[in-house]
Amino acid sequence: MKVVLQNLTKAFPKRGKKETGEVIAVNDFTFVIPDGKLIGLLGPSGCGKSTTLNLISGLETPTSGRIFFGDDDVTDLPPENRGVGLVFQNYALYPHLTVRQNILFPLQNLRGDAKLSKEEMEKRALEAAQMVQIEGLMERKPSEMSGGQQQRVAIARALVKMPRVLLLDEPLSNLDARLRLQTREEIRRIQRQTGITTVFVTHDQEEAMSISDMIVVMKDGVVNQIGAPQEVYDEPVNLFVAQFLGTPPIHVFDAEVKGELLYIGGKPVLEAHGVADQPVTAAVRPEGFRLDPHGPLTCALERVEVMGRDTSVVCMHPNCRNVVIRAIIPAEEKVNESDDEVRFSLKPAKVFLFDAKSDLRIDAKLK
Amino acid sequence: MSRPNLKPWLYLLPAILFLGVFMVYPLVDVLVYSVEEGYNSASQTYFGTGLYNYSYVLHDPYFLQAVRNTFILVIITVPVSTGIALLISLGLNSIKKLRELYQTIFFLPYVTNTLAVGLVFMILFKKTAYTDGLVNLLIRLFGGQGVDFIDGPYWAKLFVLCFYTIWVVMPFKILILTSALASVKEDYYKAARIDATPRWRIFTRITLPMISPMLFYLIITGFIGAFKAYSDAVALFGTDLNAAGMNTIVGYVYDMLYGDSGGYPSYAAAAALILFAIVLTITVVNLLVSKRHVHYD
Repeated sequence: MKVVLQNLTKAFPKRGKKETGEVIAVNDFTFVIPDGKLIGLLGPSGCGKSTTLNLISGLETPTSGRIFFGDDDVTDLPPENRGVGLVFQNYALYPHLTVRQNILFPLQNLRGDAKLSKEEMEKRALEAAQMVQIEGLMERKPSEMSGGQQQRVAIARALVKMPRVLLLDEPLSNLDARLRLQTREEIRRIQRQTGITTVFVTHDQEEAMSISDMIVVMKDGVVNQIGAPQEVYDEPVNLFVAQFLGTPPIHVFDAEVKGELLYIGGKPVLEAHGVADQPVTAAVRPEGFRLDPHGPLTCALERVEVMGRDTSVVCMHPNCRNVVIRAIIPAEEKVNESDDEVRFSLKPAKVFLFDAKSDLRIDAKLK
Repeated sequence: MSRPNLKPWLYLLPAILFLGVFMVYPLVDVLVYSVEEGYNSASQTYFGTGLYNYSYVLHDPYFLQAVRNTFILVIITVPVSTGIALLISLGLNSIKKLRELYQTIFFLPYVTNTLAVGLVFMILFKKTAYTDGLVNLLIRLFGGQGVDFIDGPYWAKLFVLCFYTIWVVMPFKILILTSALASVKEDYYKAARIDATPRWRIFTRITLPMISPMLFYLIITGFIGAFKAYSDAVALFGTDLNAAGMNTIVGYVYDMLYGDSGGYPSYAAAAALILFAIVLTITVVNLLVSKRHVHYD
């Protein structure tokens, strides 16, 4: 099921007695979610991603704009008539019902033509449980299960009624690190298996990047960039997107372009073709640093952290806005930790230039 | 480990002393009184021991009347007051405007003096030389026949007593239930809405189970409170409850001790223990029933 969001806007009245006016939670959001894809809504808290999810589910009604499921305009439909499955951040499993009863619950609500026989309900519930591999826990209560298991039950409950669209609100944030990795694979597998168009909300960029077909990066209610994860990572449209994606985060330098050369701290570091002379913001991915004894970027060496697979060189540079620079280099390359400074050259593909005032990406050919 | 450790007992001593003197000893004493036949409080003597006191109490028409009144009071007031309180709480929970105001209004009776409440009920129900009471005026207004609610027929008096009891116990129940309802997480209702759950099913399958511990608490304490009813009857019908036919079990116990026909601690003790047995039975039944219907998180 294709989902179309058309100029979707949601404004809330401001809270507090003295406050007047409105807060725009979602601002003019237009996006066509292709059928059967997994979409990650990504952004810091308060960026409007959960509101967007609630708008799709129907729990909130948009101030303006339309929502279509396929060709149906569902904007004015209440949530119960939209056929969406929603998994809550805290799962919202009914604590007094067993897993079986929880999964059966949506089916028992079906009325009229959609009404199912008892056997059919049991069969569908069992199928949903098998899908998320909890068929052995059917008689347990939610309180007798781990967070990961509860999460699976919540997904089974959302899937059992065969929704047109599956929505997941911060599905992994209540799980511990290991389970999070495992569950996100699981979500990916289930989504592939069922082919249900799925939208999930997260503030964890790694989570979004790893399993989404497409990610939507939002800030202050405004969509900043939509695209495939790698594409957004490699070609951020503005400084916010560049900073939001990637761990360790991108390094931001106050820099300058003069005579088609990029200067950081007065040293020319790269050739920048097609850019007029101006102060710029240069952002360098952690993997964009190359150890180079004669490199133009000289940093004060703090320490070296060995991760096994690679090494991060922690150092400082006066023009860098980050407190420390964390340059990731292959483990084979050695840095002498007793040195006071370390010198790098930069990989042009991992460096982005942004307008110093507007933070928008400057299209430059770096060499 | 050869020497018993006395320290814990030392810490427990104040509580044990206090409970022993004011709880355990009186309880045992009541038991002793209840089996001492022909006990004379002036000379502190008795003829012998046995179950005659119980037999006397159980054959006393006043006691049987009191038991009947108490049971009717319990059976009517506990479900009715809990039910109405639940309805009001649901209503309060679903409105946004003026919610605090209504909550305050519904809670006012709880902080109002019993005597003041009694006075209000007098104005409402009592016939005097000047007026027949507000309720009778209303009944007449709609073409009905006035009734003397305070000195009139049994059912009328019982009605006033139940009405009064329900009115008095309601605020606390509303308070408890509104907070219980407010503590049900919004996400459950959202999940139910997404799944197209009919409203009645939301109520029976989600709301009720979620507040069942509080509801159960109110029913148990409601039963116990109603079985111990006494002061309400006095506030309405005066101290000679036997004459009014409106006595309760606790009222009977009190009368046996201090009333005009008083001075019979043995009968009072026997009646009190019978009440204890009744309340214990009901509470145990309640607990057994609740095991299946009350859900603790």
